[in-house]
Amino acid sequence: MDPKQKALAEQFQARIDADEKIEPKDWMPDAYRKTLIRQISQHAHSEVVGMLPEGNWVTRAPSLRRKVALLAKIQDEAGHGLYLYGAAETLGIDREELLEELHTGKAKYSSIFNYPSLSWADMGAIGWLVDGAAIMNQVMLTRTSYGPYARAMVRICKEESFHQRQGYEILLTLCRGTEAQKQMAQDSLNRWWWPSLMMFGPSDEASTHTQQSMDWRIKRKTNDELRQQFVDATVPQADFLGLTVPDPDLKWNEARGHYDFGEIDWAEFWNVVKGNGPCNRQRMQARIKAHEEGAWVREAAMAYAEKRQKRQEERKAAVA
Amino acid sequence: MTNKKNWPLWEVFIRSKNGLSHKHAGSLHAADAEMAIENARDVYTRRSEGVSIWVVESRYITASSPNQAESLFDPADDKVYRHPTFYNLPDEVKHI
Repeated sequence: MDPKQKALAEQFQARIDADEKIEPKDWMPDAYRKTLIRQISQHAHSEVVGMLPEGNWVTRAPSLRRKVALLAKIQDEAGHGLYLYGAAETLGIDREELLEELHTGKAKYSSIFNYPSLSWADMGAIGWLVDGAAIMNQVMLTRTSYGPYARAMVRICKEESFHQRQGYEILLTLCRGTEAQKQMAQDSLNRWWWPSLMMFGPSDEASTHTQQSMDWRIKRKTNDELRQQFVDATVPQADFLGLTVPDPDLKWNEARGHYDFGEIDWAEFWNVVKGNGPCNRQRMQARIKAHEEGAWVREAAMAYAEKRQKRQEERKAAVA
Repeated sequence: MTNKKNWPLWEVFIRSKNGLSHKHAGSLHAADAEMAIENARDVYTRRSEGVSIWVVESRYITASSPNQAESLFDPADDKVYRHPTFYNLPDEVKHI
């Protein structure tokens, strides 16, 4: 590294260590920029793809109350995707490139959305567990070192807590219902529990990005720390519902002050990441179809805007 | 995608209530100003966060550069006499 670059890199790290925020036009190491683009776009894509499993149940929501709540939640997810794409774009990549990376499979999104939503109880489990896990991660990210990302996270966290509550309420209602309804809730927990724990990513030993991201204060807690925090918060909530967490090794550890839990099936994790989950292909097909079928709308809007502007200019010229 | 032009980027400013200034909320893409306002309504004010929206196409904003920060802002650092606490007055003097 030449001395000037080295000095800049040292100054940058000193700012990070002093807990200063980095803003779009500030100097930053290329690797920091790349890491952020990867992470923020992956996060944005997750919000957008995350609408698909929920969209599956809008027309079959059991009441109008449930339906408006689910619609509002899905609309929020679209909004969250937009805040995040906006934050990624401040790093010098444009929207079209970001979408291209998603559609070609170059960019990833959270694997959790590659699992199918098979019953109405899944709307409860997704809100409670999936949004719950996302909140753990996102609360940490409100203090991330990149200003636009942190600001997007503050907005998202404010909106997200309704998502988790509406999910838990759905399960609570089912658990207080008939035996069949309670069974539906249990089945849903059985299917979503492990994929939710996987949302925090590989274990700290296996995570290639964690240490550098911690040094740059992009992340403030490790994957395993967040996962533990999630288990500790969620198990008592499952107990309250009267549901059983599908983990025979789950046990309160008095000495540690935390729950011990079983080993995650990492083979399944990597398999889904690599594109072989139950719904990977289906999700991407739906995404690409929506994008392609919406192309004429985007083009027509642009053509209309250009035509209007041209007319305005002509009118102005005529008056002058 | 074909050779189509993409919607430009707009910056969005929201007045949360009358009496307060518009504040930068974020950015979005839209074909024109009218659509930018409509999109900003949907993206940034879903929970009554605003009573007024400004949008401006991002390319029209001129920003100071972080490299100029020293020359622009450091001169203010040594002018403590611009602050009220610089002036020594006895405690007996009230309302000043």
